[in-house]
Amino acid sequence: MSLVYNEDQLQLQDSARDFLSARSPASVQRAIRDQDIAAGYDAGVWQSMLDLGWSAVAFSEADGGLDFGFAGFAPLFEEIGRHLGASPLLSSIVLCGGLIEQLGSEQQRQQRLPQLISGELRLALALEENARHAPEAIQLEARRDGDGWVLSGEKTWVADAREADGWLVVARESEGRCGVFHVRADQAGVQTSARSMIDSRNMAALRLDQVRVAADDRLGSNDAGKALDLVLDWGRACLAAELLGMSETAFSMTVEYLKTRVQFGVPIGSFQALQHRAARLYADLQLARSSMMAAFAQLDRPGGDDRERRRLVSLAKWQAGQVAQRVSNEAIQMHGGIGVTDEYDLGLFLKRMRMAQNQLGNSDYHCQRYSDNRSA
Amino acid sequence: MNELEVFRQETRAWLEANCPASMRTPMPSDEMVWGGRTVEFKHEDQRLWFERMRDKGWFCPDWPVEYGGGGLSPQQVAILDAEMRRLHCRPPQINLGIWMLGPVLLEFASEQQKQQFLPPMAGGEIRWCQGFSEPNAGSDLASLRTSAVVDGEDFVVNGTKIWTSYGNKSDWMYALVRTGPMEPKQAGISLIVLDMASPGVTVSPIDLISGKSSFCQVFFDNVRVPRSQLIGELNGGWPLGKALLQHERSAMSKFSESALPTHFDLGEFLGKYLASPQTTAETVLQQRAVVCLMQEESFRLTNQRIYQTLRARQDASGLMAIAKLVHTEQERSKFELLLEIMGNHAMGWQGEGFDQRELDLTGAWLMSFAQTIAGGSSEVQLNVIAKRVLGLPEAK
Ligand SMILES: Cc1cc2nc3c(=O)[nH]c(=O)nc-3n(C[C@H](O)[C@H](O)[C@H](O)COP(=O)(O)OP(=O)(O)OC[C@H]3O[C@@H](n4cnc5c(N)ncnc54)[C@H](O)[C@@H]3O)c2cc1C
Repeated sequence: MSLVYNEDQLQLQDSARDFLSARSPASVQRAIRDQDIAAGYDAGVWQSMLDLGWSAVAFSEADGGLDFGFAGFAPLFEEIGRHLGASPLLSSIVLCGGLIEQLGSEQQRQQRLPQLISGELRLALALEENARHAPEAIQLEARRDGDGWVLSGEKTWVADAREADGWLVVARESEGRCGVFHVRADQAGVQTSARSMIDSRNMAALRLDQVRVAADDRLGSNDAGKALDLVLDWGRACLAAELLGMSETAFSMTVEYLKTRVQFGVPIGSFQALQHRAARLYADLQLARSSMMAAFAQLDRPGGDDRERRRLVSLAKWQAGQVAQRVSNEAIQMHGGIGVTDEYDLGLFLKRMRMAQNQLGNSDYHCQRYSDNRSA
Repeated sequence: MNELEVFRQETRAWLEANCPASMRTPMPSDEMVWGGRTVEFKHEDQRLWFERMRDKGWFCPDWPVEYGGGGLSPQQVAILDAEMRRLHCRPPQINLGIWMLGPVLLEFASEQQKQQFLPPMAGGEIRWCQGFSEPNAGSDLASLRTSAVVDGEDFVVNGTKIWTSYGNKSDWMYALVRTGPMEPKQAGISLIVLDMASPGVTVSPIDLISGKSSFCQVFFDNVRVPRSQLIGELNGGWPLGKALLQHERSAMSKFSESALPTHFDLGEFLGKYLASPQTTAETVLQQRAVVCLMQEESFRLTNQRIYQTLRARQDASGLMAIAKLVHTEQERSKFELLLEIMGNHAMGWQGEGFDQRELDLTGAWLMSFAQTIAGGSSEVQLNVIAKRVLGLPEAK
């Protein structure tokens, strides 16, 4: 299990850093908010990410990808976190692309994956129905109707739902089976309502009222539960990397500030009370990074054990969430008044961190899941 | 098959043939074998295992053969470690001298000193203790005052050392002493080695909160130490002492891996001591136990990452700086949690009504307090991280 980046990953990280610091620094995130951009990301930045091949990283060449392995997403999402880069990479590529790859028939994959990778098609995953992440508690109903299906119900938190070309809707079929359905944005009976969130990105609720879809819009023919579990883990690992990137940035901003801010005639970083708090955060960050690396290593392991994967991914998401919480709180406190101003970027990090902490399972969720998947 | 693979096969075969079955079982804390002038064996298998490993030179497998070592390459040592773990072999002996003083002698001692001290160490014939701390020199070690004054061919040593682990059971001590009373703090310190049987040395054990212990105070009253037992330069002991402390961390982790009963399965304890069905409060204990396990796993992964980072020839200094802090603090909070889970069963001192594991746990919990102090307290570790890793400024 490799817990340090190899040459290829380091190269990918360097190029991601160069690109994001030039094209998508935190000021872009601020502009998205101030201009109230519905998509929640900058279309030009997204196009460049596609041109750089980021959407193709993990897919096989047969599916139109680069066959780099899932491990390519670790440095990418880390850098995305560091720069607060907004894009539909997680929603459309990792999650929806992942589901199509895992569940779709040969034909469904060929029809959708190349379009998704090129960006012609943008999808969002309609999963959550509760206040908190609960993929087991899906109630939105899918009923067979002749050849096709009829979908009815509500999805409460769909990231990147607005202006998407369509959604992958997770639904409950008869006898508790779980299915994933491709619903197009222009389909009759779908209603979206925007939700304005603290991170100013794209979130909406969906209401599906007797929405008819064709047989071919159901991905594959098997129960989707197992594939959903796997693909959500991909998403969780990416969120862990993003959280770690954000945390490390907020932390280094803070260490910089401790070195330069002078009070009582000395840099505040010479006060031992603050030094020790910073040193503890550093240690926490290291534990979180080791866990994140282990999760990605496990995801790329062919034929890896499911329980092992769940345990390590939950560990990574839990650690990343915990450290983000601590770092953001301490970062703001140690900055004093400037830390709570809108002008300073820390607030943007705080808000995106809390969203990412909550997305696909908060600390409680992953603590439970870790426990459930421990080897006896 | 490449050479390393051949070595692996041979090592495995040798261990299987030579490590007695009873030496492949978990080691109770009272069955540790310590090298020294008198080695105590509880039974014959312990002696066999000790002697066979000694004769291979595998008490110190990485040392040169001429000094009694095994002459193995780092890769071969890693294979030997892995094969011993695979078979659950007990360590044939515990010897802090080999792990801490040994590497420093190999690097800094004269040829004659190497000939004199290394082979007996490698043969498990001498038990060593560390005389660094003094009543008024703990974290601020450089303020130590035990003096060594040159008199003819000898030093005459006066003063006292404290917290000397196993001072009452050791044959020799390596000590930092003040040889330059006029020099600035760090520049007046030398590293010497001395026989604990020398006239003028007295040792008195200190009881710890965990009970009778082998931590001692050692007094020196005009103790004569030959000048040939100065390691390195006169007044040049400080860098050597620091090098030695670098090895302390890995020695301590080897030691606690084999010697301290810290491997308690939290899950098993939860099942045994919590009522069922659980109250909300007990559910909270459950959750805290899971958190504990997650932290431990993250730490294990971090240790692997240190190893991989070094192997990839990248900078691991920051990671290494957190290891002692994180490990000892995790241990302490784990024991505190176990105490809450087990209630009175974790607070037995001795005798009936408690099983051995419960009593071991009480001892381990009490010792966990010492671990966050010994070998550089947590606060000192935090200072090091803040200054050397994060580059934060010195206090004025
Ligand atoms: C079980 C055990 C075994 C030991 N074995 C040995 C041995 O074999 N040989 C040997 O030489 N020594 C040994 N020691 C001694 C050990 O190295 C010292 O205890 C340690 O260095 C701390 O010194 P002190 O006890 O004098 O505490 P002090 O240095 O007096 O510290 C008291 C408190 O002040 C804090 N403090 C001190 N300086 C600072 C600072 N700059 N910033 C913030 N906080 C600070 C400390 O963290 C601690 O909380 C052992 C100790 C223990 C507990």
